[in-house]
Amino acid sequence: MKDSTDNLIETRALSVTFGEGASANRVVNEVSFHIVRGEAYGLIGESGCGKSTILQALVGLNTAYDGAILYDGQEVPHRREKSFFRKVQMVFQDPYASLHPRKIVHQVLLEPLRIHGFDQHEERISAVLDAVGLGRDFRYRYPHELSGGQRQRVAIARALIIEPETLLLDEPTSALDVSVQAEILNLLKKLRRERKLTYLMVTHDLAVVTHICGRVGMMNQGEIIEELSADEIRDLRAVKDYTRVFLAASIGSRASRSISQEVLPL
Amino acid sequence: MSIHLTAAPRAGSLKTWLAAPVPASRLQARAQQIWRAIWRLRSNTSALFGFAIILLLLLMAIFAPLIATHDIYAQDLSARLQPPSRAHFFGTDELGRDIFSRIVFGARITLYIAILTAAIAAPVGLIVGTTAGYLGGWVDIVLMRIVDVFLAFPSLVLALAFVAALGPGIENSVIAISLASWPPIARLARAETLTIRKSDYVAAARLQGASSWQIIRSDIVPMCIPSVVVRITLNMAAIILTAAGLGFLGLGAQPPSPEWGAMLSTGREFMLTSWWIAAIPGCSILLASLAFNLFGDGLRDILDPRHG
Amino acid sequence: MDRPLIAIEDLRIRFPGAHRSNDAVRGISFTIGREKVGIVGESGSGKSLTGRAILKLTPNSARITARRMEFDGIDLLSASERQMRSIRGNRISMILQDPKFSLNPLMRVGNQIIEAYRLHHRVDVGEAKRRALAMLEAVHIREPERVFRQFPHEVSGGMGQRIMIAMMLIPEPDLIIADEPTSALDVTVRRQVLSILDELLTRRGTGLMFISHDLNLVADFCDRVLVMYAGRIMEDIPARDLHKAQHPYTRALLDSLPRLDHPVDELKIPSRDPAWLLEDTADEGAVA
Repeated sequence: MKDSTDNLIETRALSVTFGEGASANRVVNEVSFHIVRGEAYGLIGESGCGKSTILQALVGLNTAYDGAILYDGQEVPHRREKSFFRKVQMVFQDPYASLHPRKIVHQVLLEPLRIHGFDQHEERISAVLDAVGLGRDFRYRYPHELSGGQRQRVAIARALIIEPETLLLDEPTSALDVSVQAEILNLLKKLRRERKLTYLMVTHDLAVVTHICGRVGMMNQGEIIEELSADEIRDLRAVKDYTRVFLAASIGSRASRSISQEVLPL
Repeated sequence: MSIHLTAAPRAGSLKTWLAAPVPASRLQARAQQIWRAIWRLRSNTSALFGFAIILLLLLMAIFAPLIATHDIYAQDLSARLQPPSRAHFFGTDELGRDIFSRIVFGARITLYIAILTAAIAAPVGLIVGTTAGYLGGWVDIVLMRIVDVFLAFPSLVLALAFVAALGPGIENSVIAISLASWPPIARLARAETLTIRKSDYVAAARLQGASSWQIIRSDIVPMCIPSVVVRITLNMAAIILTAAGLGFLGLGAQPPSPEWGAMLSTGREFMLTSWWIAAIPGCSILLASLAFNLFGDGLRDILDPRHG
Repeated sequence: MDRPLIAIEDLRIRFPGAHRSNDAVRGISFTIGREKVGIVGESGSGKSLTGRAILKLTPNSARITARRMEFDGIDLLSASERQMRSIRGNRISMILQDPKFSLNPLMRVGNQIIEAYRLHHRVDVGEAKRRALAMLEAVHIREPERVFRQFPHEVSGGMGQRIMIAMMLIPEPDLIIADEPTSALDVTVRRQVLSILDELLTRRGTGLMFISHDLNLVADFCDRVLVMYAGRIMEDIPARDLHKAQHPYTRALLDSLPRLDHPVDELKIPSRDPAWLLEDTADEGAVA
């Protein structure tokens, strides 16, 4: 059955608990949110707030969650099927860790094509390398011969080559220099425009998330405490105290430092 | 190095192909990797020394009939226990056989045992270790308890037990030594796998829909191979020593075959009067295992992912 | 202004290689007084190496040359290892990125601070403990007695970095070199740690060399900013004038950041001019 709304991704009371018994730690606590097809949605928060855990559960790397995850109106099984990965792909935070050190770019891109039974391998590899702004010269390079930005482009190419409709982005630029970050952010914007992709981006960087996403969920201690539009963030129209402290600290000025000291216990 | 000189006519083009900044094919990319590894190995003197001895042993084994000066089985009781001389480079043994020729042919047996054992133990250990490490759960528990049982015995004792059960002989000692040497490899491969399976690139492979078997084969095994190769090279020394030990105890190669350990064993009786009978095979064993150790250390420097 | 704490002229750091030498720092000159100086650059710009070169903590393979490299009148180039040991920690302290890696995991926090103090001051344990507790209080730790007895893994990242600051400041150094001290911290914690650092520096008139990749953070926190690119200083500019920076590289770095108050559709990507790397001193000529 299909929902009447056009929600591509939806979670209903999603909870993730690590450990058992007395040492149990509920990292994500009954989080419900939705992403409309074609939207770019951001989850922002500080380390340990549960934003990455939500991503892990969504993509199926962590199958031990409670609640429901719906994709395109259908609840997805805890153990994901191959067809799910055909539609949803992920870009990792650290491009130095997410590429196999002993595989050349060509092999990295060929494997998903084989797994999902695509044809015209060489044409598709050339096309995707062009799309992420890497020349064909890079085809037979090993990851250690590439810079951080080039690696992240390869990782994006790997996610895109099987033509998914949704990209999950886990802090895709936090390991990169600012100028390289600008390149990757521009690339992500361009690709979304061209391929009508849906994005879910997880980050701690307020400026980055408002640059890419139209709607942002502010996370704290395993919950989405507030949802804001990018414009609301720019105008600092937050309701919750924590969000206001976070916004002030992120924007940064000598004045804001004293605010954060007042509100947060030392 | 002479190897490069012989390739001189094509060296120019080959060198540019190997040094090309942009590889144009998979083959070239792979070849460049290997080329750079060799380049790094060249600056490691002790590894090079080990490699040279291994190469020498290999050549000796291959061309044994050409190098040997005497028939290794021909007994000449009139010329028994001769000290090293021009006629017999390493002297003769208690039956008047030429020790030099026997050492040369003995290299065949030693390398045969070492290489065959490595060829059996490495893949078995690799498959068991990566499977246990990646799948985890009861597969891991069952496989690792088996490994523990094997590890509980000293390798020579285990090999002895198997040879005693299977009967003495070279093939049986290969099987026995293999049985004793795969468990440490499995341990190593499992430990490596446990760190590799947590890495982002394995997560990425899972997200592409790859099956467990595909991930083990194409992501995990290639990462484990270097350390397994290093380990097995270092193990070669132990394998050679175990083989010699079995020969020494009369459970490996049977006389009159010129196995170094067996030669050492018979030489023992004459050690006080004719030192060379025991010393020459003993030094051969020492040199061969030392060579594999040095080469293994050098390999670790260039192959181990943790060393770049 | 009085004599600068650090005076460096034409500092070069080179890593000799078999095929090609790698010039990590190519002839930079600057001074640091009792002020907060930020050194900003992308990875590979040589900013961290410069900081380590002052303490002579560069890797063994690095070749350091300079026309002048002085700390408070002491020639660092010719200083012996013994002299350097008396400078390190005592007169120049270093705060590193992640407190997890710079605190000894097997030692209680308090004992580490006491040890840091007693290394350079001949006082008994009781006196040292009193000073250590006072120092923990100075970095705004609420229950210094409790934290004093904790192990490093029991404290949070922000707390750990405050402990590091306490440890580095207790010998009352003249200069602190902070290499990305807040990069591992969350934004809200980052501000607290910086304001504590600021407060202590101002009170004691300690100089600060603040190495970071974050241009805005440095502009916000420091008095003066040096912008480095590929081992050279592109621009030396008062922090409050950073938004008026002239050098194209500084401008490009500023423009490549997404900004909240000024949304753009596409970010500017810095173009790099090889001419920036050419030496402007005539006597040296260009470095290959």
